[in-house]
Amino acid sequence: MASNFFDLKKRKEAAAASSSSKQKAAPAADRPVPWVEKYRPKTLSDVTAQDHTISVLRRTLQSSNLPHMLFYGPPGTGKTSTILALAKELYGPELVKTRVLELNASDERGISIVREKVKNFAKIAISTASASSASKYPCPPYKIIILDEADSMTQDAQSALRRTMETYSKITRFCLICNYVTRIIDPLASRCSKFRFKPLDEGNARVRLSSIAQSEGVRCQDGVVDMLIKVSDGDLRKAITFLQSAARLHGAVKAKDIGGDDDDMEVDGGSGGEKGGGGEVTVRSIEEIAGVIPDKTIDSLMESMQPRPHGQAVYTPVAKVVQDIVADGWSAAQVLLQLYNRLVFSDMLTGNQKNEIVGIFSEMDKRLVDGADEHLVTLDMSLRVAAVFGHDGS
Amino acid sequence: MLFVDKHRPKTLDSLTYHHELSSRLKSLANGDFPHLLVYGPSGAGKKTRIIATLKELYGNGVEKIKIDSRVFTTTSNRKLEFNIVTSIYHLEITPSDVGNYDRVVIQDLLKEVAQTQQVDLSAKQRFKVVVINEADHLTRDAQAALRRTMEKYSPNLRLILLANSTANIIAPIRSRTLLVRVAAPSVDEIVEVLKGVGRLERLEVREGLCRRIATESGRNLRRALLMFEAVYAQNEKVKDDTPLPPPDWEALISQIADEIMAEHTPQRILQVRAKLYDLLTHCIPPTVILKTLTFKLIPKIDDALKADVIRWSAFYEHRLHLGNKPIFHLEAFVAKFLRLLESYLMDVDYDF
Repeated sequence: MASNFFDLKKRKEAAAASSSSKQKAAPAADRPVPWVEKYRPKTLSDVTAQDHTISVLRRTLQSSNLPHMLFYGPPGTGKTSTILALAKELYGPELVKTRVLELNASDERGISIVREKVKNFAKIAISTASASSASKYPCPPYKIIILDEADSMTQDAQSALRRTMETYSKITRFCLICNYVTRIIDPLASRCSKFRFKPLDEGNARVRLSSIAQSEGVRCQDGVVDMLIKVSDGDLRKAITFLQSAARLHGAVKAKDIGGDDDDMEVDGGSGGEKGGGGEVTVRSIEEIAGVIPDKTIDSLMESMQPRPHGQAVYTPVAKVVQDIVADGWSAAQVLLQLYNRLVFSDMLTGNQKNEIVGIFSEMDKRLVDGADEHLVTLDMSLRVAAVFGHDGS
Repeated sequence: MLFVDKHRPKTLDSLTYHHELSSRLKSLANGDFPHLLVYGPSGAGKKTRIIATLKELYGNGVEKIKIDSRVFTTTSNRKLEFNIVTSIYHLEITPSDVGNYDRVVIQDLLKEVAQTQQVDLSAKQRFKVVVINEADHLTRDAQAALRRTMEKYSPNLRLILLANSTANIIAPIRSRTLLVRVAAPSVDEIVEVLKGVGRLERLEVREGLCRRIATESGRNLRRALLMFEAVYAQNEKVKDDTPLPPPDWEALISQIADEIMAEHTPQRILQVRAKLYDLLTHCIPPTVILKTLTFKLIPKIDDALKADVIRWSAFYEHRLHLGNKPIFHLEAFVAKFLRLLESYLMDVDYDF
């Protein structure tokens, strides 16, 4: 009996252990998390490259008093991450759920929501902090409402917020996040202290990307990180998404079960070459994912646009190159962008010529946005730029 | 059955060009499958690749398709009828069919699909795939609605968007999908395909003819195959120099081009107008008319004029998208062209 009894208990334990381990393992295996979410900074000090803002926030953290805040800056610079990290440091994991309300553009955010949901949340009394979290975290006596992508809120919804912000300011702080500070109405902006997030500089982005690549075990060619930084324009989220897509395409992620002795394997892998499934991420594949046109193609377009001797028209060569570009499926907007970057920094052109060219580009961009035919637009643009090359702009 | 459908490759392995792309799609289908945005010019084989990928994902079940007709109600209580092509594993929609109401369809349909789990336990994948055709014609609202759905329901749902260009796809969607570019096949690749089809159909294959068809098709494989079939249907015996019959509308446009070149008078514009109307009433898209007309006119004129003609063609094509009465802009282009040509011939610079 006794042995049976023990057996049963043991079995139960084993079952419990296995089921719990399965539960833990299953979601991780079945639902791969986007790396953007996985590597979102967990604490304020993890936030990359916004030193000024972080130091100000840190100081307010110590004094346990927070103003209303307005974060603005280009996408992918860490605005949302910063406020989420701040909230976590202030309240700890338990209280965050009751003390923080996060609304973003995909939620319905008309004037009625501001009047009801936001106001109701702002109104309710502050939940008391449990002893354990109070000892570990500052738990200041106010709630935080995060309005992400606030520049897409209507004017009406924004003005409905004005009074709410003031009335409940004792127990509620607002944090507005937006890309364009000009879209926030003045009365709201003047109630907040503003923090500008600048685009990530290369050094910081490089450190971050290489660390992610290393911890995911992605094998990269030299220059992949540089290319990521170049195509993402300081938008770290974009860079990470590109990296993940590239790794997926090439199967460049090493098998997970290598686990602990990762570092040793790395050394071996370097010398041994083909190890683990799949190849490595190449610079070209990053370009392909980002939709960047190879330099060679742009070169040939530039070449065809140069004036011909004896006053021959450039039409035939240009038309041929453009037709190939269109047939290869390159997007006209990308052609426009890359050509623009070439021409504006070119030393071969005079100021007047650049003036004219920029004018052409602006018109073409407008046409593309209006949905005009890409082939005609590209051809027209190339021919007109070629015409500018032809005369000296005097 | 047309050659195009009959000889459409069914699996990723049987695709004849872009082998690198095929192997990538294969590795994606056997691993962690992301949302895809497939773009490229028409007739490059986007759809074929997607169907092959679906087959790789689910096996033969995806080939048993049926057409469902569904009715959606808009917020203003208008009833919309909408056709969906479905198999038990995937469904395929063309939301641009319903114009401005595409948001309703996207929201209702996708949510419904996303909230139901795969019932068939023997299915290879736990998610369903929704293929959205003509994704670049989706309105901004519909795309914004997609954005949320893509993240929220990603365990049950994968999207494959098909588009001709990424220009009209909003950035948040682009950054959530894996971009797959399908370039048009080269002339040589088309020739190979045509020869292969010819052999399968036991036709007498002529290298020269295939090459001419390939060049004529403008690197559009579907068009090349249709032309190929037409040539064999119309002629008992094909030779290398058998004339390639253009489609009726194209013939009509070349006729217009000839007429424009022959006489530069206001009366001619009147005659041309009748033909343009004819084309429009046969549902030829105005952009196609303008583009074809331009490229028919270009070889007939002097090099010095070409840049100008393209310029105005692009200008009026843009206008076509802004305005809503195509005939005005088509006619304006014709008038502009006559004026340009006339002033060039008279060597006078009119004020434009």
